[in-house]
Amino acid sequence: MEKKVIINEERCKSCGLCVSVCPKHVLRISDRINSKGYHPAELFDNEGCISCGFCYLICPDMAIQEVRRPEPVKK
Amino acid sequence: MGEKVLMKGAEAIAEAAIRAGCMAFFGYPITPQNETPEYFSRRMPELGRVFLQAESEVASINMVYGAACTGTRVITTSSSPGISLMQEGFSYIANSNVPCVVVNAMRGGPGLGDIAPAQADYFQATKGGGHGDYHSIVLAPHTIQETVDLMFDAFDLADKYRIMVVMLVDGLMGQMMEPVEFKEWVDVKKFKTPEWATVGQGERDHRNIITSLEILPEGLEKMNLALQEKYKKIKENEVRMEAYKMDDAEYALTAFGTVARIAKTVVQMARKDGIKLGLIRPITVWPFPEKEISGYADKVKFFFDVEMNEGQMLEDVKLAVNGRKPVYYYGRLGGVVPTAEEIYEQFKKHLGGK
Amino acid sequence: MKLIYKKPDTITKRDTTYCPGCPHGIAHRLIAELLEEMNLVKKTVIVWPVGCSVFGYYFIATDAVEAAHGRAAAMATGIKRAHPESFVITYQGDGDLASIGIAEAVHAAARGERISIVYINNGNYGMTGGQMAPTTLIGQVTTTTPYGRKPELNGFPMHVPEMFAALDGPAYIARAALDSPQHIIQAKKFLKKAFTAQANNLGFSLVELISACPTNWKMTPVEAMERIRKEVLPVFPIGEFKVAKGVE
Repeated sequence: MEKKVIINEERCKSCGLCVSVCPKHVLRISDRINSKGYHPAELFDNEGCISCGFCYLICPDMAIQEVRRPEPVKK
Repeated sequence: MGEKVLMKGAEAIAEAAIRAGCMAFFGYPITPQNETPEYFSRRMPELGRVFLQAESEVASINMVYGAACTGTRVITTSSSPGISLMQEGFSYIANSNVPCVVVNAMRGGPGLGDIAPAQADYFQATKGGGHGDYHSIVLAPHTIQETVDLMFDAFDLADKYRIMVVMLVDGLMGQMMEPVEFKEWVDVKKFKTPEWATVGQGERDHRNIITSLEILPEGLEKMNLALQEKYKKIKENEVRMEAYKMDDAEYALTAFGTVARIAKTVVQMARKDGIKLGLIRPITVWPFPEKEISGYADKVKFFFDVEMNEGQMLEDVKLAVNGRKPVYYYGRLGGVVPTAEEIYEQFKKHLGGK
Repeated sequence: MKLIYKKPDTITKRDTTYCPGCPHGIAHRLIAELLEEMNLVKKTVIVWPVGCSVFGYYFIATDAVEAAHGRAAAMATGIKRAHPESFVITYQGDGDLASIGIAEAVHAAARGERISIVYINNGNYGMTGGQMAPTTLIGQVTTTTPYGRKPELNGFPMHVPEMFAALDGPAYIARAALDSPQHIIQAKKFLKKAFTAQANNLGFSLVELISACPTNWKMTPVEAMERIRKEVLPVFPIGEFKVAKGVE
């Protein structure tokens, strides 16, 4: 499945706000280091994400660039 | 006493003022001198003295004006854009004949500029800045130790002449750290309210009114002439300068503040190359050492003025030299600090009659 | 996949100069989203202040001017009076608006200037290192209240929306907060009403946004947002203090 949350890791300053507001706990601070020296946040459980967008709303650096929701399958 | 402390310039300024008997600080945050109000905010309450962060620089200088009218030793500190806001207050203080001390940690301008050191407020400090015919005594130290020593003189001069004294430093001096030794504490218990102060008539047989208003022109001229008399006395008695290796000098650098410090290195570099260079360093840029510089015009081949501005003290040097010898100039603008090598290169261009 | 949220184009690609967790970025994004939704981007001039957000023009892509400390409301008045077709926003901190700029802000409000003030309240002077601001709380330690703010020395914090709502010039005055997704959604609604007040020529508008300063509060971003809820909102409650007809 396509990623439900698109994160631009270079913009992330590892503030941890997205992780703190995610109701499904599908975000975490990764071990990677971006070119600014921060550990960017990552979506590690795409399945569990409910596309609520709280992470997008609170990200102060606009590192969380897009939130998408899968279309329901039409019967 | 006799103990050297490693201190940041901005904090040393505050500690020196406190030891010199400053009883009140009113000011506003502005880079590059925030450490000064922060230091006062810690120390003044410990000593039972006044600290207040005002709502703006306009408010600050008017609070200083009020405190000065009570004859209390009072100080404010700021940097170029904030000092611009205080100009109206300076003019009022000048024609009210009340004492105070103002520190300007100059930064790059004009406008919001930057937070790097500059010397571009020389005109503003020495030629007025506020409206009307007035002057303040302007001191231009070149090391943190000198700043600390002059702070005691600043308050004494302010009280002696009932005048504002400006300590003209820059962001570099504010931010760097140097070992300093402080003079003895002034005994504030010996302070008495001056007979001219407005504190309530009390036992006085007359009341005091402090004003800068005189609606009749002939009356205002009288007030102005009295100010001019005062300024004449200050010019005769309070000029200070340093002549560095000028005894046998064939060429003279002129500089003040941080640049003068760099200029001393340039003098040493030139001397190593066998060039008889010296430095004339005004310590009071108002009153300006006109007579002294004029005296050197007979001895040197040319003057080379270096400043971190477009050429401001340059004009006072030229006036003092009065056309008798060339006065060359080199400067950096916008907060750029020149290096000794760069100044030396520019100086050498004028050797050989170029 | 259905797109739920997308970073607005009016936010530039440039990385912000703000500290990690500083809510300035959230406020900037809300403004950018609203300007796009209300089709105002090309008409907008933002007056940026002295403070951490002085470089805001690098992050929101509209025409911009920089004001001297505290003078944004006066500059905005000049722009709007000279060129009423422009949509004029000022973005000011608590030191800029409530301390040095209070006269200009009060008079712009009293005159009913058709400008919108976005007023960021984070309880200190951030840019200069954390000095006391008019909105610093009683007991709060700052670099110029090292023993905690004491009313007998430094007076009491200022409630700007409550004060301004007493004037007749404003069409919309509100306070919102940026500490949680729910409050952020509400903040956007309040900002929209403020922008509508200007767009419909109804009067002056101001929205205070309770914000954080993790660096000078000496907290993590998550702790700072928690402090907003625990300590700041009880003193500065969310609400709408003046809502003129036609603003809804």
